[in-house]
Parts: sequence; C-alpha cells; structure tokens
Amino acid sequence: MAKRIEVSGLHAYYGGVHAIEDISMTVEPRSVTAFIGPSGCGKSTFLRTLNRMHEVIPGARVEGKVMLDEEDLYGPSVDPVAVRRTVGMVFQRPNPFPTMSIYDNVAAGLKLNGVRGKARLDEIVEESLQGANLWNEVKDRLGKPGAGLSGGQQQRLCIARAIAVRPQVLLMDEPCSALDPISTLAIEDLIGKLKNQFTIVIVTHNMQQAARVSDKTAFFNIAGTGAPGRLIEIDDTSKIFTNPEQKATEDYITGRFG
Amino acid sequence: MTSETGVQAQARAAERRPMRDLGTGRFGDKLFEWAARGSGLLVLGIMAAIAIFLIWKAIPALRANEANFFTAETWDPNATPPKFGIAQLAFGTVMSSLIAMLIATPVAIGIALFISFYSSRKVASGLGYVVDLLAAVPSIVYGLWGVSVLVPHMEGISKAINAVLGWIPLFGGDGVGKASIFTAGVVLAIMILPIISSISREVFLQVPRANVEAALALGATRWETIRLAVLPYGRSGMIGAAMLGLGRAMGETIAVALVLTFVPGINIHILQDGGATFASNIANSFSEASETGRGALIASGLVLFVITLLINMAARAVVARRKEFV
Repeated sequence: MAKRIEVSGLHAYYGGVHAIEDISMTVEPRSVTAFIGPSGCGKSTFLRTLNRMHEVIPGARVEGKVMLDEEDLYGPSVDPVAVRRTVGMVFQRPNPFPTMSIYDNVAAGLKLNGVRGKARLDEIVEESLQGANLWNEVKDRLGKPGAGLSGGQQQRLCIARAIAVRPQVLLMDEPCSALDPISTLAIEDLIGKLKNQFTIVIVTHNMQQAARVSDKTAFFNIAGTGAPGRLIEIDDTSKIFTNPEQKATEDYITGRFG
Repeated sequence: MTSETGVQAQARAAERRPMRDLGTGRFGDKLFEWAARGSGLLVLGIMAAIAIFLIWKAIPALRANEANFFTAETWDPNATPPKFGIAQLAFGTVMSSLIAMLIATPVAIGIALFISFYSSRKVASGLGYVVDLLAAVPSIVYGLWGVSVLVPHMEGISKAINAVLGWIPLFGGDGVGKASIFTAGVVLAIMILPIISSISREVFLQVPRANVEAALALGATRWETIRLAVLPYGRSGMIGAAMLGLGRAMGETIAVALVLTFVPGINIHILQDGGATFASNIANSFSEASETGRGALIASGLVLFVITLLINMAARAVVARRKEFV
C-alpha cells in the first residue's frame, strides 16, 4: 500500500515563469517527509507535481521524471486521473464537498472508483473515518453536512476522504495551517498513525511540526524574487534540525533568515 | 464552520445589532435614512397602486361575465352578454413556457459548462463575453429571428415529432402545423437561452476552486468533477436561472403573437395550429377591446401575475429545501 517516489531533474513552470528548478529526491515508503522553506520557494508547487495537480492550472507544465516504484508518472501513456487515484492529497484549507453529507464526502472517491453496494461502502466509510480518528465524533450524524463540522474535524474528514480510496501516497499541503493547536495535534497524531500504511509527504511552515512528525526533512529556498525555487538539502529530520550540511538551512531553521 | 475568523464574528455581531442603532443623529445621516426609507416605501406604494388599479378596472368586467372566469375556454368579452374565461390562455402560456424552459435549460447549462470548464482560456473569455452580450439583447430580436427563419422549418420538424412520438397525446393529432404552441415554445426557448446561459456561467464562476481541486485530487475526470463539485454547488443557482427564463417566457408577447394562429378552445395536441397565451391575447385584442373587454384583459393580466408569483415561490421552496447543505 505504499510506494517509493523517486524524482529526478524536475522543473515546473507557470506559463513563462520558472517555478522550481532541477529537483531530485527520493521519498521512502512508509515514512513521513516534510518540506520546509520560505513562502514562494516552490514547496507546494513541487508537492503538486507529485500527483499531477500542478498541470490543472492553465499554462502550467512540468519537465523531468517522477517515478512511483517502477512507473513514470509523466510517461506518455499515463492518465493523470489514474495518478491522482494512486496519490491522494489533502489541502491547506479543509475542503469537504459543501453539498454532501459526512458519509457522502468519504464515499465520493469510492464511488468514482466504481465501489458499489451499501454494505461495502458502509464498511470502507467506517474504516476510513476510524483511520482519520473521526469516527467516534461523527458516527451518529453521518447524514449531516460535512461543512457543519469544526475546522479540525473537516480536515480529518478530508483525510478520511483521501485515504478511503487506498492511495499509495498521501500528499499534505500545509494541512494544519488553518487549524487551532488542539486540532493540529490531532492531525499530527493521525499522521504518525497513517505512516504505517502510506508514504506521506507534508508541506509545512511550522518547523516544530516538521520536527515532530517527519522522518526526513527537505529544505527549499529561492535565490531571490522571481528566481526558481530549489531543493537545498534533504536529510534525516534530526540531522537537518541539529547539524545541517548547508549554511542556508541552518540560517532558516535558527531564524536568521526570512 | 466553527473555526470562525474575527471578521466573520464581527459580521455576525453586526447582524444581531441592526444598523439603525448605529445612527448618530447627524443631519446627513437623518437625510440619508429618510431618502432610503422613502425609496423603500415608494416601491411598495407603486406595487400597491398597480394592484389596486388593476383590480378596480377588472371588477366591472368580471361582474358582467356570464361564463366562469377560471374554467371557460371562450374569450368573448365584447359580446353581449360578455363571456370569457382564462382556461385556454393559461394552458397556452404554461405549456409554451414549459416547453421553452425544458428545451433551453439543458442547452444553456451545456453552453455555460463548456465555457467554464472545457474551452481553452482564450476561447472561454471570448465566448463568455459574447454570451453576456447576447443576454443583454432584448429577446424580441431573437423572437423576430425565430419567427422569420425558424418557423418556416417548424412544420417539417413538427411532423417528424408527430410521426415518432404521436402515441403521446401531447404530440398526437392529425394535420400538425407550424403556428402551434410547440413552435411558440421553440421560439421562446431561443429567446431565453442567453439569459439562462449567462446566469449559469456566473453561478459556475462562483464554485470554489478548492472544491474543484478536491474532486480532481480524488481522481475525478472532468465530467466527474463537474458532477461532484460543480453541479451540486450550482444547483440552486441553475434552478433560479431556469425560473427566470420561465418568467421571461411567460411574459413574452409579440413573438408569440406572431407565431400563433388563434383557434378557440384548449387543444391538448400542441403540435396542431392554434393556441393563445395571456400576453399574446392582450397584445392582439387590447386595441379593439370595449370597456368590458379591457377589464377582462386586465383581469387576465392579474392571473398571469399570480401564476408568475406562484412559480417564483415554488422555485424558492426548491432552493430552500436543501439549504442545510449550502
């Protein structure tokens, strides 16, 4: 249920703007990799190239290679829709479908994948909500609108929706930035649990969070305004936060920068 | 959502505390307050005056009427004794407008979806602009086009429908023609197409990007994304657009009057010549009507007003039913 991601020589563009430059890295299965770096350094853009969500923006394109185990995500015969079913995503702001109930939100992706039958759906919905640590809070109101939950609950609902389709990889784009500390803690606990099953990549602005949840940390930076974002270094989280190779990384994590 | 930002909290507090408590008693404030209040009252006043005038004009004619106003199919208010009823007009109006709405809405929503989600950015901005422009053109222009270009072909189309779907009473009957309620409905559909399309496009522009991305990230195809994130979100807006189109269709006058040939009596076979609507009847008969005739026409206008009101209320009820989810 978890695959290795190997990126080599990846560039991403928005029209004529070169957003990220020549990124290569490996993300190990069943681990949490955190992306940190200043705003505008391309971490989110890079994250979105990993499930081909980058290209849904008009004019956006990608060069380079992203291998998911043996499969090149940007291969000529690869359907981006199929990629997104394998590589799930959780966004910065909780975005449950506002017109759907809690149950239907979780079942949405399953129905797309052709899962039919109430018993089967019931089972996976419960399993996914359990997996997202939300089941006990919502089991008596599955028919109520998902948008009626609190922000933290909505985000866990979105996680449940993403894991319901059994992806190989789970991408999280600043999943806690719109949440209070208690809800953030709930999500962080959940990430620790989910990494037993999934390969997780998380973008975060919160360095304590990166230190708490991740096994590896990648630091991104830009040379200046308008310059493309680059990967400065990626290493074990403990090493990045105590003894990074690069001066820029040290400056950033100790707050002498940005 | 319980994670409420400060701004939202303030807005909510302001809702609980009405604006009028914030008045400072300054002259400018007072002046503006009275100007605004005056405008509000003026609208109500004008509405009431219109209603009173119409009813007052209609009553003598209704008194003199020898037939049942609601069930009679004849319209002879100028005869002695006057006999008139709205049954045929109501049938023609509702039927032609419903046909128009049923034809126009799917096409209009298709146009809006294409512009919003399928066409390239360049094409989309151009087309969107054109659709908005078209919606601003008075519908009589489309009506004239429909009458002069489309109607000559309607006989063949009607015959084809009659041959295939003749077993349905609505499309049955012998000797179908082009001066029918169905033709009027088709012309009306063309007239209301741009406005429904334009409003639907506005609605689709409001769909939050986050919802669209959520669907895409789940591995939804374009059509699945539309079904998951766009159509449910835009549902009430699309119903509103269709209803607005229906309302326009009901009030359309000249084009319908040009299409229809008056044949007395309700004819359930809508492909056959004949039929009349409230508006076409008023346009055709008003200038030659007697005192009683005018009163009768005004009374029919009141009924049209009430029908339109009821449709709007029904639309609101439909929209409100799933409010919990929007």
